[in-house]
Amino acid sequence: MPSDNGFDAGAGPKGLKLVPRSDTQYKMKDFKSDQEVRWCPGCGDYAILAAFQGFLPELGVPRENIVIVSGIGCSSRFPYYLSTYGMHSIHGRAPAIATGLAASRPDLSVWVITGDGDGLSIGGNHLIHALRRNVNINVLLFNNRIYGLTKGQYSPTSEAGKITKSSPMGSLDSPFNPVSLALGAEAGFVARTVDSDRKHVTSVLRAAADYEGASFVEIYQNCPIFNDDAFEPLKDPAERDTRLLRMEHGEPLRVGADRGVVRGDYGELTVADIADVGEDRLVRHDVHRPDPGYAFALSRLDYPAFDHVPIGVFRDVARPTYDELMNEQIADAKADQGSGELSSLLHSGDTWTVN
Amino acid sequence: MTKQVEQLDRVIIRFAGDSGDGMQLTGDRFTQETASFGNDLSTLPNFPAEIRAPAGTLPGVSSFQLHFADHDIMTPGDAPNVLVAMNPAALKANLEDLPHGATIIVNTDEFTKRNLAKVGYGSDPLGDGSLSEFKVSPVPLTSMTVKALEDFDISKKDAQRAKNMFALGLLSWMYNRPTEGTHGFLKSKFAGKPEILAANLAAFQAGWNFGETTEDFAVSYEVKPASLPSGTYRNITGNLAISYGLIAGSRLSGLPLFLGSYPITPASDILHELSKHKHFGIRTFQAEDEIAGVGAALGAAFGGSLGVTTTSGPGMVLKGETLGLAVMTELPLVVVDVQRAGPSTGMPTKTEQADLLLAMFGRNGESPIPVLAPQSPSDCFDIAIEATRIATKYRTPVIVLSDGYLANGSEPWRIPDTSTLPDLSVTFTTEPNGDDGAFLPYRRDPETLARPWAVPGTPGLEHRIGGIEKSDGTGNISYSPANHDLMVNSRQAKVDGIAQDIPELEVDDPTGDARVLVLGWGGTYGSIGAAVRRVRRAGGAVAQAHLRHLNPFPANLGEVLRSYDRVLVPEINLGQLALLLRGRFLVDVIGYTKVRGLPFKAEELAGVVQEVIDRAE
Ligand SMILES: Cc1ncc(C[n+]2csc(CCOP(=O)(O)OP(=O)(O)O)c2C)c(N)n1
Ligand code: SF4
Ligand SMILES: [Mg+2]
Repeated sequence: MPSDNGFDAGAGPKGLKLVPRSDTQYKMKDFKSDQEVRWCPGCGDYAILAAFQGFLPELGVPRENIVIVSGIGCSSRFPYYLSTYGMHSIHGRAPAIATGLAASRPDLSVWVITGDGDGLSIGGNHLIHALRRNVNINVLLFNNRIYGLTKGQYSPTSEAGKITKSSPMGSLDSPFNPVSLALGAEAGFVARTVDSDRKHVTSVLRAAADYEGASFVEIYQNCPIFNDDAFEPLKDPAERDTRLLRMEHGEPLRVGADRGVVRGDYGELTVADIADVGEDRLVRHDVHRPDPGYAFALSRLDYPAFDHVPIGVFRDVARPTYDELMNEQIADAKADQGSGELSSLLHSGDTWTVN
Repeated sequence: MTKQVEQLDRVIIRFAGDSGDGMQLTGDRFTQETASFGNDLSTLPNFPAEIRAPAGTLPGVSSFQLHFADHDIMTPGDAPNVLVAMNPAALKANLEDLPHGATIIVNTDEFTKRNLAKVGYGSDPLGDGSLSEFKVSPVPLTSMTVKALEDFDISKKDAQRAKNMFALGLLSWMYNRPTEGTHGFLKSKFAGKPEILAANLAAFQAGWNFGETTEDFAVSYEVKPASLPSGTYRNITGNLAISYGLIAGSRLSGLPLFLGSYPITPASDILHELSKHKHFGIRTFQAEDEIAGVGAALGAAFGGSLGVTTTSGPGMVLKGETLGLAVMTELPLVVVDVQRAGPSTGMPTKTEQADLLLAMFGRNGESPIPVLAPQSPSDCFDIAIEATRIATKYRTPVIVLSDGYLANGSEPWRIPDTSTLPDLSVTFTTEPNGDDGAFLPYRRDPETLARPWAVPGTPGLEHRIGGIEKSDGTGNISYSPANHDLMVNSRQAKVDGIAQDIPELEVDDPTGDARVLVLGWGGTYGSIGAAVRRVRRAGGAVAQAHLRHLNPFPANLGEVLRSYDRVLVPEINLGQLALLLRGRFLVDVIGYTKVRGLPFKAEELAGVVQEVIDRAE
């Protein structure tokens, strides 16, 4: 039974079942650090930070048991602005660092903050492996479709042909779809949200925290300096309702009032006018489908041109978590062989005595 | 028939065969028998990087050399007295290392026209007189093994495969080795395959019996046990000793061990070994690459584990950026680099000492890291504990430079009484350290200059660390020129200060009047020691010292260097320690370098030492 904070009463988020519960009733301000926030005016990172700080009290976890690990990029400055433990590490490596921390400390709530460059170019390898292992971490990828910190080169999510400082004649790269990539990497929890919709960001963070294992959240984030309005069609009040596909588990998938998602002949999903296909043919969203094919098909709806962009949870499927399996092996080994004894280890194998 | 038994003070045997012939296993078993008999010993496995190069070819030859004696010895020996050659390739590949009069035991079954042609023998060396300077014992090892196993319900292939046990049995008879260990080993290895077990035991026994009965072997040999200091011993390789040392470091510090590693020769065995001991609370993480291996170890260190990462040269290069982060975040981390021949992929299974400057300087910015190097396989145990001590006490990454020779070579190890091992217990910071009750993650201990280690989960000490320059004390981001200057110098001073906390360099100079010092580091200790002994036996006066701490150097090193007329520095690289010594102490040391992928030969080094002595006179 969900309680006020949206998590199961008393127990808190399932993804944090090994983390102690807090008696303190935290407020948003308890999670603000004393450091001045230094993003450019209007940067989408502000909104995400505010949503995150506002959400943390809901976790019901002692502040000292929360750790934010980030890479390098504008977005990766995040940990400095939170009053939790944190590590601002090196470019792309946050998932690896967080893996060591989370696997050795199941009593922590570990959050990875990364960017589209940090998480998908230099750190792409670590990201996919953390997802497939299902380490108990939450990965928030701030996707502004540009390298912000290095002043505006194209990123692995920039659209092909994009003109930037490093691509004056247009970028030759085809972009990644981060959600498709995460699904391909066997992620058990994959979601997407938009920086400007605080309520939606919060609901997705809640679902991510509730997942046991690696949750992956792509957050569309505006960079007003180097890639302004990259997501404008999704924000413009006149357009957004005809473009945003708000996914709700168990509900038919609708785009605005008149259109909805139907299955095509080859398992793909397409958007059709409800008047043409009828209400009954609309696909009902199911985040728990074991086969990732459905979620993958959903993730392909937004390409190429943001015509209808799914936001919300694509996939939420239970898988064994890496840290629990690791700790289980240790417990099993201890049960089997007893707790290790150094002297007998050193004396194992063939020994002989000299008098 | 009773046979004559001849006494020897030492023997060097080399087992050589095709990669598929089980030579490493045979050598290893003979070593265990020899160890339990009480000889001093030293081993040198030498194998190709390819798992199975084409059978019967020169690149496919794998060998295992063992030197054992009734006195203490320092190296696996320069030249084998006995070569066991399982095929023509093994004979050809090893012949040039044999001294005049050496014994060669050959498996004649493999000396077919085809096999001879494969390695370019125009005529059969067993018949053409080309081996006349050696004592050759031709034995049809394969066919005799197959014959001995006729009655077993096993395939011909399995029977042929047991020929290494026949050879082991024969050599065990020749040198009067105890056999219980090998029986026990086979029993556990083939526990699930009773027929194969019986066949291997029978082949082993047949080899022994053959030696005892055949007229071809008139003499057997005895090498009396060495008089080693009293205690319980086992034979140990460097990789095993490092693994045990890390486990000991974890126990002594009270920190759970977290290993992040990616497989690479010759370091993988440490990952394999630590993975076996989960009941010590050890977490082993086989990462997606070396960057993730060290990253995960650093993440675990942030959380209060003893973070460890193990690798070899190519992986060491990948870890560089994260090591810089460890320097900046001032977290404990133990980094083991089992050096191999480079550059690039180089020669994965061959030894070298060419990562010293990489360990010292291979990072951007001023990025000092303590560097240690074990001097023998068993010293790897002590070095791993010392690395743990320095890393945890000074909150710094520490690099251990082992090498392929130490990693796979073995020697008897007197097992320490664990109650004599140092107490390395670590106290995490749990209280604010600021004057106003705030927590200052970069307020240093005035004595060690180490910063507090406050782990997540500690209330009230929440703080952020990272790779951006830190403000002294608060650890907040700082771009202040004066602060950066202070922090760069503080990090350097912290590492330099460790010199006060490590033993002074000891010099071995028995006559006290030597004018020449031989100074080495790491895995060359045995070869240099053996060379120095030779020179002294011949009447030369020479002093020897060996560095286990390379950064910082022992406090008295400069004084030691200046008290000799000449300082000879042998290294298996192109003079990396020599460069450091010249730069640091302005002493004109004489380098001697060879990079053959093999340890120095004692005889060769002795010649070099003698030459330097002669020139000093
Ligand atoms: C090893 C390394 N290479 C390059 C850089 C330079 N660099 C810093 S951030 C960045 C890209 C960041 O892009 P993204 O992850 O999208 O973050 P954003 O700034 O857009 O939030 C690059 C290339 C670096 N810090 N380290
Ligand atoms: S450059 Fe862009 S992403 Fe970076 S802080 Fe400025 S607005 Fe934000
Ligand atoms: Mg970006």
